[in-house]
Amino acid sequence: MTRNLKTALFSTVLLLLVSYPILGLKLSVVGIGLQVEGADASTLWTIGLAAVAMFTWQLLRDRLPGSGQLAGLVPSVPGQVKHWLTLPSTQRWIILALILVSLVWPFFGSRAAVDIATLILIYVMLGLGLNIVVGLAGLLDLGYVGFYAVGAYTYALLAEYAGFGFWLSLPIAGLMAATFGCLLGFPVLRLRGDYLAIVTLGFGEIIRILLRNLTEITGGPNGISQIPKPTLFGLSFDRRAPEGLQTFHEYFGIAYNSSYKVIFLYLIALLLVLLALFVINRLMRMPIGRAWEALREDEIACRSLGLSPTIVKLSAFTIGATFAGFAGSFFAARQGLVTPESFTFIESAMILAIVVLGGMGSQLGIILAAVVMVLLQEMREFNEYRMLIFGLTMIVMMIWRPQGLLPMQRPHLELKP
Amino acid sequence: MSRPLLEVRGLTMRFGGLLAVNGVDLTVREGQVVSMIGPNGAGKTTVFNCLNGFYRPTSGEILLDGEPIQGLPGHRIACKGVVRTFQNVRLFKEMTAVENLLVAQHQHLKTNFFAGLFKTPGYRQSEREAMGRAAEWLERMNLTEVANRPAGTLAYGQQRRLEIARCMMTRPRLLMLDEPAAGLNPRETEDLKALIGQLRDEHGVTVLLIEHDMKLVMSISERILVINQGAPLAEGTPAEVRANPDVIKAYLGET
Repeated sequence: MTRNLKTALFSTVLLLLVSYPILGLKLSVVGIGLQVEGADASTLWTIGLAAVAMFTWQLLRDRLPGSGQLAGLVPSVPGQVKHWLTLPSTQRWIILALILVSLVWPFFGSRAAVDIATLILIYVMLGLGLNIVVGLAGLLDLGYVGFYAVGAYTYALLAEYAGFGFWLSLPIAGLMAATFGCLLGFPVLRLRGDYLAIVTLGFGEIIRILLRNLTEITGGPNGISQIPKPTLFGLSFDRRAPEGLQTFHEYFGIAYNSSYKVIFLYLIALLLVLLALFVINRLMRMPIGRAWEALREDEIACRSLGLSPTIVKLSAFTIGATFAGFAGSFFAARQGLVTPESFTFIESAMILAIVVLGGMGSQLGIILAAVVMVLLQEMREFNEYRMLIFGLTMIVMMIWRPQGLLPMQRPHLELKP
Repeated sequence: MSRPLLEVRGLTMRFGGLLAVNGVDLTVREGQVVSMIGPNGAGKTTVFNCLNGFYRPTSGEILLDGEPIQGLPGHRIACKGVVRTFQNVRLFKEMTAVENLLVAQHQHLKTNFFAGLFKTPGYRQSEREAMGRAAEWLERMNLTEVANRPAGTLAYGQQRRLEIARCMMTRPRLLMLDEPAAGLNPRETEDLKALIGQLRDEHGVTVLLIEHDMKLVMSISERILVINQGAPLAEGTPAEVRANPDVIKAYLGET
């Protein structure tokens, strides 16, 4: 009981400390200065009630149904359905259905929805790429956004200085990101676990700061703007075509509609994601995919069997980075503007959260998680509480499904009887 | 007498102030079963770790087929045909038994990225053959029934057998077994003895063994090296070793 009292007091104080500044204090602009305003009575009452509730709950939690029972109260999927859901063949069918739906719906959906869906697809792509590194090869990479930035800036710079189009820049961006992945990988991959995480975190930041300070080339904090949008075999989707190009609506003799462009961008993103899904699916079943998993489980055993850990890790790192490069160049094309501030650590954290939330290694899980995370981010009503919800989701996941939404069932190799 | 496959001369391994291995000489001829015995902490596993490249020996020479291999990284030595099992089994526990065997064939498979991406005929062929070899060894080790179970869920004896099968998938010339009989019941130990004989006779593998089970060691080895406190104590045929007074005093006599 005294132990509970201590915990209860501590939790209550913590709650007050956290909630009062967040909910109770407001900054308002008075003239040219800022003024701190105290909370009104109702907010104070709410905080007070929450504190009391927290105190009572912590004090009496032993007598209430425990967290174990609580988990049981959540409607859990029956065992057989769960098994069926994680079977590779089922996942394949679900993915096929999802592809069909996602191909068709933008023609009926609203413009804003298609735009958000495009953003989701970017994050799916990033999640899939990072999943190779973190989920399959087991290398904790906290600087993944660095490769995303390399991809984005490759296209931006190529377009700015050499006038390259999107389709030509896409493979180059992938290649550049891969090169950076390889270059970083060489010195870093002899580190393990936490140390690797810290170094990659630093690398992500270095790239961002470099981009911000190379003002003559990258435009510094202002970034690079007016990056051309992708074209369809030379047909532009703008109202008026740039020199030497024809516009889509003129070519087909239809009225100009700005949503064509949005749908087209969406379809490109979808194409890239499908490509990533295909490649990663194959990779997982290839010798190199098996080697990644083996390395994640036991590096020493791998070495004793003649697998070079450096090469195996490096391949995971490089291939993961390539996908970030693709995603980056698409991001640059979609925004039309890249600035270093798009590539902060919080982006890395978000992508990692998608991988963890989706269940390490599971592709369908990553798609779901990307949808959830991006929608959460885009909900303007919750904007202030976004990070709170973010944290809450993580905690709920840790309690309820520590293995992720839909953990991967690895492709099992069947022996013929 | 067959030619020597592995020759170790004056192998010394020092960790700071601790002299773990001191001047060990060892010759393993092709097709032999050679054992290393010695009390716990004598440095037997350290010798193994030097031989397969986990440690870089402080001094001494290791020749595989006359070619020096000391100081090479572990995976390079493994690719030259020297593989080992571990005292406490090191399987890929979450991967299935079959997958464990497929991973071990990595160096012999087509690992070309694009071949795998487009599933070229050559790649399919290589994967099929790998699967066939895995199936063959599972059958031989009597593990076919558990082929698709995660390796970590197998019984201890099965895990030991799987680990040996996994080594065999790399097509080794020298197989080093680190206490393969530890934790096995007498029946399983008998099977192990038969298996080691088979590996040598049918697959032409040379075996270097660390083992505490004297019955097994004495019955199967052509030569035995006794190590005590990092230094070689005696070397010879089982009969010679058994008769050596130093060995009796240091090792056998204690029990």
